[in-house]
Amino acid sequence: MTNVLLSAKNLSHHYASQVGCIDINFDIYPGEVLGVVGESGSGKTTLLKNISGLLQPSSGSVKFDTRLDGLKDIYLLSEPERRLLMRTDWGIVFQNARDGLRMNVSAGANVGERLMAIGARNYGDIRNEATDWLQNVEIGLERIDHYPETFSGGMLQRLQIARNLVTKPRLVFMDEPTSGLDVSVQARLLDLIRGLVSQLGIACIIVSHDLGVMRLLSNRLIVMHQGRVVEQGLTDQVLDDPQHPYTQLLVSSILPV
Amino acid sequence: MTAISGEQKKSSRLKEKTLDGYNFAYLDDQTKRMIRRATLKAVAIPGYQVPFGSREMPLPFGWGTGGIQVTASIIGIDDTLKVIDQGADDTTNAVNIRRFFAKTAGVETTENTSDASIIQTRHRIPEAKLKSDQIIVYQVPIPEPLRWIEPREEETRKMHALTEYGVMHVGLYENIAHFGKVTTSYNYPVQVNDHYVMSPSPIPKFDNPKMDEMPALQLFGAGREKRIYAVPPYTKVKSLDFEDHPFEIESWSECCALCGSSSSFLDEVITDDKGSRMFVCSDSNFCANRRAKGHKGPGLPRKFEIKDIE
Amino acid sequence: MYVAVKGGDAAIENSQTLLAEERRGDRRVPELTLDQIKNQLSISVDRVMAEGSLYDRDLAALAIKQARGDIVEAIFLLRAYRTTLPRFGNTHPIDTAKMQIRRRISATFKDLPGGQILGPSFDYTHRLLDFSLVENSDSPVAEEASENILAEMPRVTELLDDEGLIEKEIDVNEQEPFDVTRNSLKFPASREARLQNLARGDEGFLLALAYSTQRGWGKTHPFAGEIRMGEVGVEIIPEELGFPIEVGEITVTECQMVNQFKGSATIPAQFTRGYGLTFGHNERKAMSMGILDRSLRSKELGEAINAPAQDEEFVLSHSCNVEASGFVQHLKLPHYVDFQSELVTVRALRKATTFSEKKEDSTGSKNVEGAE
Repeated sequence: MTNVLLSAKNLSHHYASQVGCIDINFDIYPGEVLGVVGESGSGKTTLLKNISGLLQPSSGSVKFDTRLDGLKDIYLLSEPERRLLMRTDWGIVFQNARDGLRMNVSAGANVGERLMAIGARNYGDIRNEATDWLQNVEIGLERIDHYPETFSGGMLQRLQIARNLVTKPRLVFMDEPTSGLDVSVQARLLDLIRGLVSQLGIACIIVSHDLGVMRLLSNRLIVMHQGRVVEQGLTDQVLDDPQHPYTQLLVSSILPV
Repeated sequence: MTAISGEQKKSSRLKEKTLDGYNFAYLDDQTKRMIRRATLKAVAIPGYQVPFGSREMPLPFGWGTGGIQVTASIIGIDDTLKVIDQGADDTTNAVNIRRFFAKTAGVETTENTSDASIIQTRHRIPEAKLKSDQIIVYQVPIPEPLRWIEPREEETRKMHALTEYGVMHVGLYENIAHFGKVTTSYNYPVQVNDHYVMSPSPIPKFDNPKMDEMPALQLFGAGREKRIYAVPPYTKVKSLDFEDHPFEIESWSECCALCGSSSSFLDEVITDDKGSRMFVCSDSNFCANRRAKGHKGPGLPRKFEIKDIE
Repeated sequence: MYVAVKGGDAAIENSQTLLAEERRGDRRVPELTLDQIKNQLSISVDRVMAEGSLYDRDLAALAIKQARGDIVEAIFLLRAYRTTLPRFGNTHPIDTAKMQIRRRISATFKDLPGGQILGPSFDYTHRLLDFSLVENSDSPVAEEASENILAEMPRVTELLDDEGLIEKEIDVNEQEPFDVTRNSLKFPASREARLQNLARGDEGFLLALAYSTQRGWGKTHPFAGEIRMGEVGVEIIPEELGFPIEVGEITVTECQMVNQFKGSATIPAQFTRGYGLTFGHNERKAMSMGILDRSLRSKELGEAINAPAQDEEFVLSHSCNVEASGFVQHLKLPHYVDFQSELVTVRALRKATTFSEKKEDSTGSKNVEGAE
């Protein structure tokens, strides 16, 4: 019986005049991909920030199975511990790649940074790893010294993924990873993510409004509406046989790909 | 820090030479005490930037007020002060600061490195090896080595506290990726006592190795940025590098035209408008001492004569 | 050329003599007196006191004379002098409610208790060069009004406060306020540290940033609730006496900005505030300060931060013109050693490229330990 990797309990967050999310509960296990789907304003972005350590929730807890000390509430960790966690065992792929990359250093440096942050001190080795990872995410090796400014949207996302995966994190959060990309680019990116996730056994929490993305990537699905979870279960079950009226509405309104 | 002597001779020199109406070395005692406390804290935490209530001084911010405040707080009537800028005792900044202390403290000044008990410097370490009874005070423009990567002080403070220095190596990586080598040539970051990453001030990287295990106390003052930091005597100071791209210093194929030294930092002097150039020691005192011992360099380009070398 | 490097002492002395000569100018022209500067260039004196952080009209006038009219240089002189002054203690906070008003206006109400007192201001003039001032002529003497100004002029903010329309300004700090002249600023900064920093800040910088908020770089919708200028008493409480005594009187300009309203789940909508205060008569500075004070509260009020005028570290780190001037101008100091290092590096890189072998470096970089 494997341990739960991340567990959210009674999670709620209020902003000054409005509610972000209310009373969220879920668990995620190693190697699982969990999708969080909802329209804009559903609270899914707030939830993502709460569970990824970026925003302390108003109430409830977020526990993570740390390598050394087992299940711990991430907001009770000291800031150094939390920051280290976020740099090694976790990855965050932002919707806007510019938020997750250093735009003024080369692709190779972007990928190598996490290694350097944990003490890698051999230039040759770092460069080799960066090379490997660029290959893994299908970015041409001739781009290793180029600046992200010169990359297309799809390439930026792939670079972001490489930058996060280089320390072999056990959990990766993704916020609308394919938004703003062309359909064909999206498809390629989704294929890549699916491949890497299964190959490396990474657990993933993906937030998106796009049911097609969820169908392809996630094992389980959480549906959010007005800050609450209205339905959760296996992706195929939820999408093929939605129970809640909101989920039914959502499913019926997507255009078939 | 030397005691103020009660001897008649010294106190009369004090009265004669110091500026009327001002305290010894300009700063009032409370300010000196505040600065000394910050300095002691800095010495106790090698490489850590200690904030202090920097005062406006009669020289502008950016012109050495940090160094001046540190020196003013540790100098006593028995001290002998040397002030250099770019290695020379006679550049305008060095002259100005030396005159300031002569006016406000009446202390002995010297150009000879080994005779000084306190050396205030802008951007160079003297070539002569410093001793354990000496203090070197560096003038620092930007004390924060992470400033170019992260402009926010709120964030850099955290990075130091958590020793999040990976990003410094990202800078070095970039250099090597684009130029084949690290191109930072001055203000080359160092790690002190295997802990804090520190800016050595804009000394040429040539001088970095001198800081490692130096017998003298090294104090750093940044007046405008309001920080003091320190490297205690015999402390490890390592320039950041990669295992397979180790730290290297500059070298010249020429030697000093005046004294023949091939191991000191050389200034390039353009001698005519056809591009003739010669190289001379940046450390003017080092060069003069070598010449006094009889060393000679190849001399100036033939067209010119040496007018006055003391 | 080697001679030029020696003789720095003499060169400096000569430069100083030359400077003194240029300061004096044509000796057939009468020398400026401090009285002339204090009286007829009083706005300059006010600015030097404000940014010099020292209220002394004579010293400010002297600084202006010595600085040949360079106001930023004069501010520097006054600050450097301030460093040498012993501190006897803190005064009681000045009470601008008890100000002897010489000017008091509000843009938020057409008329209000106490009236709109125009006072001496450029606001109502036409900016036409007045050639009658070329030759010293008799300037008109103002006629005294028939009625007195109210002794205690009510505040506009209090009028709004009575209705609960404006947020309350509450003093939360019981202890001694943070002193930016004695301690280095840390971020996030307390409001008192922020206000001190802005009060000492360069007028031009504050003005430009305040202007930027009005053009869309962050916005605070400011209204000039009240601007008042006049004299206030300065009191200290000597330990031996135990009660306050007035030790002097200073002129200050105070600006209360009334800004867009804000509400939350628990507090109904209210106007928010920005505060500006300067020594002497300087409305431009006090207003800019009021706008920036509010703009820098964005984080506290939960507003999105995306403009320079909302960025606390950016604004407060660069507001001091003594620091800024020093550092910008320090580039005139010799940098030839640093430059030499760069020359060595660039030459080495160029040589490497010529041989088109990226890794080999034939000009040689050796690991040399120490010096002879």
